[in-house]
Amino acid sequence: MSARVGVITFPGSLDDRDAARAVRLADAEPVSLWHAEADLLGVDAVILPGGFSYGDYLRAGAIARFAPLMEKLVAAAGDGLPVLGICNGFQVLCESHLLPGALTRNAGLHFVCRSQRLRIENAGTAWTQDYEEGQEVVVPVKNMDGCYVADRATLDELESTGRVVARYLDVNPNGSLNDIAGICNEAGNVVGLMPHPEHAVEALTGPSTEGLGFFTSAVKKLVQS
Amino acid sequence: MSEQVNTSVNEPGDERSEELAESSVTRPDMSAPEPAEEQHAAVPPSDVDTVARAEETPERELPYAELGLKDDEYARVREILGRRPTSAELAIYSVMWSEHCSYKSSRVHLRQFADKAPQSDALLVGMGENAGVVDVGNGWAVTFKIESHNHPSYVEPYQGAATGVGGIVRDIISMGARPVAVMDSLRFGPPDVPDTRRVLDGVVRGVGGYGNCLGLPNIGGEVVFDPCYSANPLVNALCVGVLKPEDIKRAIAPGPGNKVILFGAGTGPDGIGGASVLASATFDEESQQKRPSVQVGDPFMEKLLIECCLEIFAEDLVVGIQDLGAAGVSCATTELAAAGTGGMDIDLTRVPLRDATLRPEEILMSESQERMMAVVEPAKVERFLELCAKWDVPATVIGDVTDTGRLRMTWHGATIVDIPPGTAADEGPVYERPYEPPADLAQLQADGPGRLPRPVTAEDLRNTVVWLAGSPNLADKSFVTSQYDRFVLGNTVLATPEDAGVIRIGDGPQGIALATDGNGRYARLDPYAGAQLALSEAYRNVATTGARPLAVTNCLNFGSPEDPGVMWQFARAVEGLADACQALGVPVTGGNVSFYNQTGSTPINPTPVIGVLGVHDDVNRRVRMSFNIEGTTLLLLGETRPELGGSEWANVVFQHLGGLPPLVDLAAEAALASVLVTGAREGVLNAAHDLSDGGLSQSLVESCLRGGLGCVISLPDDPFVELFSESVARAVVAVYPEHEERVAALCQAAGVPVRRLGTVGGDAFEVEGLFSIPLSELREVHQGALPALFG
Repeated sequence: MSARVGVITFPGSLDDRDAARAVRLADAEPVSLWHAEADLLGVDAVILPGGFSYGDYLRAGAIARFAPLMEKLVAAAGDGLPVLGICNGFQVLCESHLLPGALTRNAGLHFVCRSQRLRIENAGTAWTQDYEEGQEVVVPVKNMDGCYVADRATLDELESTGRVVARYLDVNPNGSLNDIAGICNEAGNVVGLMPHPEHAVEALTGPSTEGLGFFTSAVKKLVQS
Repeated sequence: MSEQVNTSVNEPGDERSEELAESSVTRPDMSAPEPAEEQHAAVPPSDVDTVARAEETPERELPYAELGLKDDEYARVREILGRRPTSAELAIYSVMWSEHCSYKSSRVHLRQFADKAPQSDALLVGMGENAGVVDVGNGWAVTFKIESHNHPSYVEPYQGAATGVGGIVRDIISMGARPVAVMDSLRFGPPDVPDTRRVLDGVVRGVGGYGNCLGLPNIGGEVVFDPCYSANPLVNALCVGVLKPEDIKRAIAPGPGNKVILFGAGTGPDGIGGASVLASATFDEESQQKRPSVQVGDPFMEKLLIECCLEIFAEDLVVGIQDLGAAGVSCATTELAAAGTGGMDIDLTRVPLRDATLRPEEILMSESQERMMAVVEPAKVERFLELCAKWDVPATVIGDVTDTGRLRMTWHGATIVDIPPGTAADEGPVYERPYEPPADLAQLQADGPGRLPRPVTAEDLRNTVVWLAGSPNLADKSFVTSQYDRFVLGNTVLATPEDAGVIRIGDGPQGIALATDGNGRYARLDPYAGAQLALSEAYRNVATTGARPLAVTNCLNFGSPEDPGVMWQFARAVEGLADACQALGVPVTGGNVSFYNQTGSTPINPTPVIGVLGVHDDVNRRVRMSFNIEGTTLLLLGETRPELGGSEWANVVFQHLGGLPPLVDLAAEAALASVLVTGAREGVLNAAHDLSDGGLSQSLVESCLRGGLGCVISLPDDPFVELFSESVARAVVAVYPEHEERVAALCQAAGVPVRRLGTVGGDAFEVEGLFSIPLSELREVHQGALPALFG
């Protein structure tokens, strides 16, 4: 039986279909989750996709965190459910305090869309086990509010405990502190990522297929357990 | 009489109002609109101009001239109605008969697109609907259209451009399609004019801000600078959508008793008079004061509308649908009614408002964005409203379809509109405006580029290549396009700077290609040829990716139609485009005319922007522009003539515009396309790039930088002409040596001249015996130009 991976759709989610496609290409079954239904439908993992939930009004991710489904998700994440927040999903995870820090306006004040080289710094999380530590991958980055910030103590803790999951190489597209592109929680089951691995799963449409590893990692872990 | 009507307006016993109130949806979250009764309680009904009052006070003067109606047009309104119009009726006629909505100056010419339309089995819906629809095979249809938002984008660049995208996307939704991509064709003043930075920055943020938030990939377009657009930028937005042929929706209101539902954003004071005032008048010093006339966009609401509409369509809940764009409720009600059973009763009191003080005339003219109007059978209204509630989209039943042949509107129970809807929607004035060639045309055409000193030495040639590569019109546009999301939806196969945007359809392998092109400099020298050259280039760009060109959309940007010189340019351009579409066998499916693009009495260069849609049977076979295989052979397809009139060389080096544009050769264009499409299908082309602005020099620079490999070529004839001529129907292709023979055979069979240019490889652009330019140098000038100007 294949793993069932939920993809949440908030009003204004944009990359939910892409995330579902990536799940399919990782040989798992995508399950649509609706923000207003407080039911995770028994899925084995959850992806919060990119987009502009609630138009990013007030603050990116600030309104989505109050969705009925999020209460269930926060509890399940505490129990070890693998959760991946991509871009806007990362912002929602920070607003929900599942991950520390915040994502603010890009340093250049422009929306930035480019194919970005990253280094996988932690290959031990639920979503990166199919990578080697130090492996370099190219996936798209596209955001307006992608500048990762946290206080010094939090940054030190993230760095010293290996919770920086991915880092920007060549160019820091948004001014993130320490070139941080993604982080995880202490247990390693919740990962937030500003770049979009779901846009790098097919040679035809992506700059590479190197994003697929995030999805196969979670699926492999689920099948193993 | 009028007193009696007025005393009844707030009567709670009004049965219809109550019935309507029950079916109104309240929004579950933020900013739920107040119930309509409360909103309008503050409006004293006694100052409302009712039909009864209009009959009683025939002498009352109305400000028709201020609203843009001419004396004879107003007289015609009175004749149609047999009385003076009410102020609400005047609002309707003034916006519906504006140039923007009625096409009164262009209509006599645009008929040629239908009269000369080539036979096409693919055309499912032609001109006149919200957008044309073409059958692309395998059970899929595609709808696409380009539209202008020029004047608003000068007054308020961010909102003007943003709502330009929003408007064209709603046109595509209205056809029953899922929007899958957008493109934008932009024209700005010179980069060194300070105001260009304000306009470009706002327009690019607006296009990106709206499109990105909507989740539509931006796959192409153009950015062109020219002094003629200094105080009149062009913002033309294109949207393409995909649907099943059987799911096409129409803007009609059939079936008496069916309900009229307004859904989406509330109606506010933004954009009032936008259509008639902004789009139909020339800019002067007062334009800064028109800021409130520009609409304000909410892409989040539009995203909800897209998803909501698609679920509504999937359950077959509407019999007709129309988006609210220019002229808002006036346009939607008159057009739906005129195309349906013929009558409609609307209670304007029911329209949800963002500003409770709006008067009925303002509600009718408001161009608030993100609104749609649907016609729904009574049994399906409940489900329709449920789906709207699911997506937090406010929806309100505001009226019924009737068979009276009249569009009637009430305001607190009093009748304020009672007109035959077709008179506003379809029977606007038609002008045969006088035209004659611009006085300076002969002189302009006589001043050819022959007198310009050409680069002769190898060093001069080398420097010219570099100069052009870093000039604003030819420089890399990543500064602009990196602000747009090109990945969302996961079906983008090719995007800018490739020759055309390519989108996969369904689960593949089928796909579509789209390109827009337009050259105002060519069109200024010869508008008939200019329009044909724009079509030629877009057609060639689509074919260069391996797609078979299928259909055309157009956005015709011109000065004032009241200027005979401009009207002549327009007439010639339309004739040229219609003739060329006929010759190439690609029908025009729809488009848009934008007049009054001028500053004072100086019109812009006539700028027909042409979009061509092509079909890929298998997107895996698409051909890219990048030179990325060492040792592949470069072939030049097509014939190069000494054609430099209107060229980028003349523009960049001498700021010269004169002579005649390149010769149009549609037969050669079709032959070249057949080679490129067949070559792609057979997999014998490793790369292909069309030759256009800047000629061979610019094409090679672009393909080398894109692929990261240089090239070595030889130019045995006149290297200047070979490098910089802009002759049409040409492309450069890179092929594996073993495929050279096959490509040569394809060219011979199609009658396309072919010549071996050289090979791909190294890290420089080298012309044997003349010069070698390191790619690093070209990259620096090509990619550094726009960031240096605007970063």
